[in-house]
Amino acid sequence: MAITKICGIETEYGVVQRGVAESNPVTASSLLINAYVSGLAVPAAAGGPSVRWDFEDESPGRDARGAAPPDASPPDVETHLVNAVLTNGARFYVDHAHPELSTPECADARSVVVFDRAAEVILERAMAAADRVLPAGQEIVVHKNNSDGKGNSYGCHENYLMDRSVPFGRIVVAATTHFVTRQVFTGAGKVGVEASGLTAADVPYQLSQRADFFEAEVGLETTLKRPIVNTRDEPHADAQRYRRLHVIAGDANLAEVATLLKVGTTAIVLAMVEDDAFDRSLAIRNPVQAVRAVSHDPSLRRTIEVGDGVTMTALEIQFELLRQARKWADERGLESVGEDVGGDVLRRWEEVLTGLEADPDRVAGQVDWVAKRRLIDGWRARHDAEMGDPRVAAIALQYHDLRPERSLARRAGLERITTDHEVQRAVTEPPVDTRAYFRGRCLAKFGESIVAANWDSLVFDIGREPLRRVPMMEPSRGTEAHVGRLLDECSTPAELVERLSS
Amino acid sequence: MPEREQKKRTAPQREADDVAEVTDAPQASERGEEIKADIDDLLDEIDEVLETNAEDFVRSYVQKGGQ
Repeated sequence: MAITKICGIETEYGVVQRGVAESNPVTASSLLINAYVSGLAVPAAAGGPSVRWDFEDESPGRDARGAAPPDASPPDVETHLVNAVLTNGARFYVDHAHPELSTPECADARSVVVFDRAAEVILERAMAAADRVLPAGQEIVVHKNNSDGKGNSYGCHENYLMDRSVPFGRIVVAATTHFVTRQVFTGAGKVGVEASGLTAADVPYQLSQRADFFEAEVGLETTLKRPIVNTRDEPHADAQRYRRLHVIAGDANLAEVATLLKVGTTAIVLAMVEDDAFDRSLAIRNPVQAVRAVSHDPSLRRTIEVGDGVTMTALEIQFELLRQARKWADERGLESVGEDVGGDVLRRWEEVLTGLEADPDRVAGQVDWVAKRRLIDGWRARHDAEMGDPRVAAIALQYHDLRPERSLARRAGLERITTDHEVQRAVTEPPVDTRAYFRGRCLAKFGESIVAANWDSLVFDIGREPLRRVPMMEPSRGTEAHVGRLLDECSTPAELVERLSS
Repeated sequence: MPEREQKKRTAPQREADDVAEVTDAPQASERGEEIKADIDDLLDEIDEVLETNAEDFVRSYVQKGGQ
């Protein structure tokens, strides 16, 4: 039986400091995050500098395949940079010269959408806070994108909790098929191409920001020779029972429906892997080539080879995955992905595929690459401009701009599935249905007594030796239902730690 | 999203690679004209908020690679 697909998104944002001779991205990212954290009403409780990130649990070099190949280069853990834990359970930090925000653990795809939008609000407020401390004429600008158009990429990663007993090889086959073909609705759109050997004459516009950067099928790396399926084996939970599938093959989306479908369909596919529910294997013959073939073809008609010489389009493969997902849902139910959310994902999955098949412009409110292309094509028609016009590149970039007064995505008529109210609340309050609830509530109530925090533990200073570590190895525990009353009743961290250990 | 009849369907299969079938999308300029008429107000707004020094902005937009 598939386990609950607890999931989340980590986004590295593009960052520039304007008005300085040379923009230093590490300095700009640190300034941005520090400005946000120190501007909060209760800085310490909000996970300010006094709550340090606890690296005890970090082991990004562990490989899901067991022994890593000798040429694998595990990423370094950067422990010296800004690292804040927020009262909504999120982590806000500097990673690889980018501001990065990891949403709290969420119990379903819709909740991820809410916290992903809350992350945008946090970045917006961080920009405004930075503005207040920067000299006149300087500004820090954040983009939610994955490429600078000059060959540099940065990620938007997804994480899914999986049952450790499922063989990793089985995950690889299904995940690869989905990651290669889901681009038809997850792609955030890109003008031109960054894969070597191709020019904008070959690929004037493509579906995905990221597709040009995948060079391997499976691997541990995330910054070089990026693989379609990443093998980082760092569960941040009970490693005997769980693995965390770390997905690096996705675009950062501005369209809420695209985020819902990116996470929702992937959660379903992974739950199906756990239930061994595929009645037809759709192993893609040459996935690295196929990722690009799919992305480079906005007509959606190019075919890729699956199985024994059979060829299908990405849309056909997606329709086939949807058919199997419906069958799985009928037989096994949708409990592992949330009954209502799972049903909504299946319905919207079909709607979006059907729209893409008939005429992509019909899903301009749901799919980023379509929304962006529509802005570009309309603007070009008005100004009689070529695709190579620098203003076209500016529109494509500004689609991702998170400054409200500049954002084009927020003017593009994208469908909302969240409300402003719930997004605002998610800026400071954690989800109620995962362990993020415990982390967030503890930071809000006892922040000054928390000396360190990470995904699977909190360390309390209760006023006497020793420091007390509270482990949270079960991502589905520590919810409002489990500890809401306890947290209401305890007035000191000592009392909380006492009652938790009794 | 238009209302459409939701029907179960199975994916067709093809025996041979049919990249050759790929034809150009409907005349790009024609499509552009239709969109232009459709989103006229939005295009006004884009012209208003688009960075004035677009060329410089795009040229100077260089990021360090990340994950």
